[in-house]
Formats: sequence, structure tokens, C-alpha cells
Amino acid sequence: MEVLRPRSLAEALVVRAEHPEALAIRGGTDVMVELNFDRVRPEAMLDLGEIQELGGWAREDGLLRLGAGLTYAEIEQGELASELPALAEASRTIGSPQIRNRGTLGGNLGTASPAGDALPPLLVDEAEVEVASTARGTRRLAVREFLVGPKRNVLEDDELIVAVLVRPSGSSQTFMKVGPRNAMVIAVCSLAVAADRERGEMRASFGSAGPVPGLVRVALEDSGDLPDAVAAACSPIDDVRGTADYRRHALRVLARRAVDRCLAA
Amino acid sequence: MRVELVVNGEPVEADVWPGESLLFTLRERLSFPGSKNACEQGECGSCSVLLDGTLVCSCLVLAAQADGHDIVTVEGLGDGDELHPVQTAFVEAGAVQCGFCTPGLVVAAADLLDRTSGPSEDEIREALSGNLCRCTGYQKIVEAVKIAADRL
Repeated sequence: MEVLRPRSLAEALVVRAEHPEALAIRGGTDVMVELNFDRVRPEAMLDLGEIQELGGWAREDGLLRLGAGLTYAEIEQGELASELPALAEASRTIGSPQIRNRGTLGGNLGTASPAGDALPPLLVDEAEVEVASTARGTRRLAVREFLVGPKRNVLEDDELIVAVLVRPSGSSQTFMKVGPRNAMVIAVCSLAVAADRERGEMRASFGSAGPVPGLVRVALEDSGDLPDAVAAACSPIDDVRGTADYRRHALRVLARRAVDRCLAA
Repeated sequence: MRVELVVNGEPVEADVWPGESLLFTLRERLSFPGSKNACEQGECGSCSVLLDGTLVCSCLVLAAQADGHDIVTVEGLGDGDELHPVQTAFVEAGAVQCGFCTPGLVVAAADLLDRTSGPSEDEIREALSGNLCRCTGYQKIVEAVKIAADRL
């Protein structure tokens, strides 16, 4: 095994193209578990930790450009927390301080777990993922097109996740998650809801209740229908963290509370 | 592969396997056994260290990623033979039972008090939420952090 450590995004894309088998790592909160437990033995590791361009966030053409290396600790506080309240709330529920200091938004998209806590907020915010390669340059896809199955996304072998683009939310929005304790929990189920008054609709996205996080829309005046719409749209399974029936029931309850919370704000 | 890093203020070098964690390097190659190895998946916090001043689980950092970076382990918190105020407070409060979780909790508590003066009990519990104590001595641990906070 070798560790490739590019120092710039341009260099990283060249290295990525030359080593399609390399396993990309930045925060390591998912990847290192796989390595530590002998579940993967890649020929090479591609360390993205030294690439400044992947860090931080900026405003760009009325959008927020969130670097793929932005950590949950950075999202959960300050200006971003008021611009993207649901994403900030979700970030606060992730792991522990140690995990939030390392885990990244790009990593959540790369892992593409149905339980990825950042994903439902990105879906209700209609965020886009920017990916890049040396061969084809940059492309942007909606998050719901990027995620295609449990732990599966459409990233090609020669591509890297570079950023997430999202419009600062004018909507009142929230995130809720069910689990056995507040910290260190993989969601039994999760829900992000946004009341978009400008477009007259409510959007809800659920996690851990289907192969990919799902997105549901209802007209704002029909917000009372949202709980049933979420329960109908989800497709949970029985597993070690909960039953399908429980997840569907919990999502209906969360949706009702989330609607109340969003419309009261 | 060779990595060069600074541990507790001292430049050190080690030959590492490219897939190994910083925790393994610290314990098995550099003789810093203070950080404990338990879950190896970031669940327990017993391997907590400061990486460039940020609290992390060293089991979730690839050793190669630490090349060129600055690490502080529990061994580096005190000043020579003088314990860090958090360590003294843990002794006084009886916050140590089997002791396995203690190094990680001490590092996490020291990090909190470095950033926050006079933290509330909620802030203390939140800051320590990634550190498990299976002797379930959390009450004494929280008391120890309060004692240390009063002195810092």
C-alpha cells in the first residue's frame, strides 16, 4: 500500500486519474473504520487532507459554496448555522466533538449511507454536488441524482467531490433524528423539513428509511398532509437499529412536529 | 513509509505501514501508550489526542496524514512532573476507576477548558459525549471538570 498526498486540487485530480483504485480519505471517520477492521485493503490511499481548496466555504453568485472538506464542527456554528439551520442542526447530532472535528460534508456524500445525517438537509435545500476530473472538468448534479443506492453514488473512478452548492435558506427549517442517545448515534430514522414560503411548498427529506434519502413535497396550504406523505414515500426495512413499522411511525410523528416547528417560526 | 511529526513538542520520526492509524504509531512505534486502544472506530474516545490543536480520535487519523503535523497526547498535557489541572482534579474528585478511559477524558476535558471558561454542566457533558466510561463514573468525572474549571 502507498499513500498519495497531493498538495493542491489540480494535483489531486491528476493523481486520482492515475490511481483510480486509490481510496480517498480526508476526515477518515468512515474510511479508517474500514481499514482498522480489515474490511478494505486498497492498493493506495489518496489523502485529501492537505488540499486547502477543499476546506472552508464562500459566497458565490448568490449561493453558498461549501468545500467538500468542510467539517461538521464548522457547519454547526457561526454564520453557516444561521444560513443553513437544518444542516447545522443535523451536524450537531453527528457523532461526538471528536467526530465532528474531522468528519466532512464531502465524506458524507462519498460514503452515501442511507443514514448520512447531512443528506436530508441537503435534499430539502435542493443542493448540488460539484465533482471534478482532469478528463471532463467540472460537473454539477442535484444531491438526489448523485445518490443512487445504499453506499452508492455516481462518482466516477477519476473524479473527486469538490464542493456542495446551496442557496442560503430563506425558509424556516428543522432537522430531527431518532436514536437511543443524543451523541454517537446512527439515525434509526431522520427527517429534515423546510417551509418554503417563496414557492409555497413544504419539502421533507427522510433518512434511514429507504435505500437513499427520499424527498417529498406538498403545497404549503396542505402542510397537514406532510406526515402521511412522508410515511407513504418512505420504504424502511427491519434491521439492527429498528423495525420498518417503527421507522414509518416515527417519521410520521417527526413530520407532524417538524411542520408545527417550521410554521411557528 | 517514513513519517515525521511533532509529538508533545518534540520532533519524532517513525517507519509506519501506510494503512495504520496514528494511534497505532503513537503506541507501538513511538512509545506513547497513554492514548488507549479500544474500539478502533471512533466510538469510545479513549484514543483522543490534539491534532494541530483540534480534538480528534487518533484511531481515525491515518498515520501518514499526521506527517508534518503537531500532536499532543495525554503525556504532553502536564508540565514536566507537574500534572495538568484537569489531571489533579480527576485525582481529587475520585474520577478514576479502572482508568482506561481516563487519558481520553482528560484530553477532551483539557480541550474544553482551553476553549471555554466556566463551562455549564451541559457544556461539559456535551464536550465529553464522545468518551465512554464503562465503570459509569460520569458524575465524578463531571465534578472533576468543574473543579479544574474553577482553577483555570
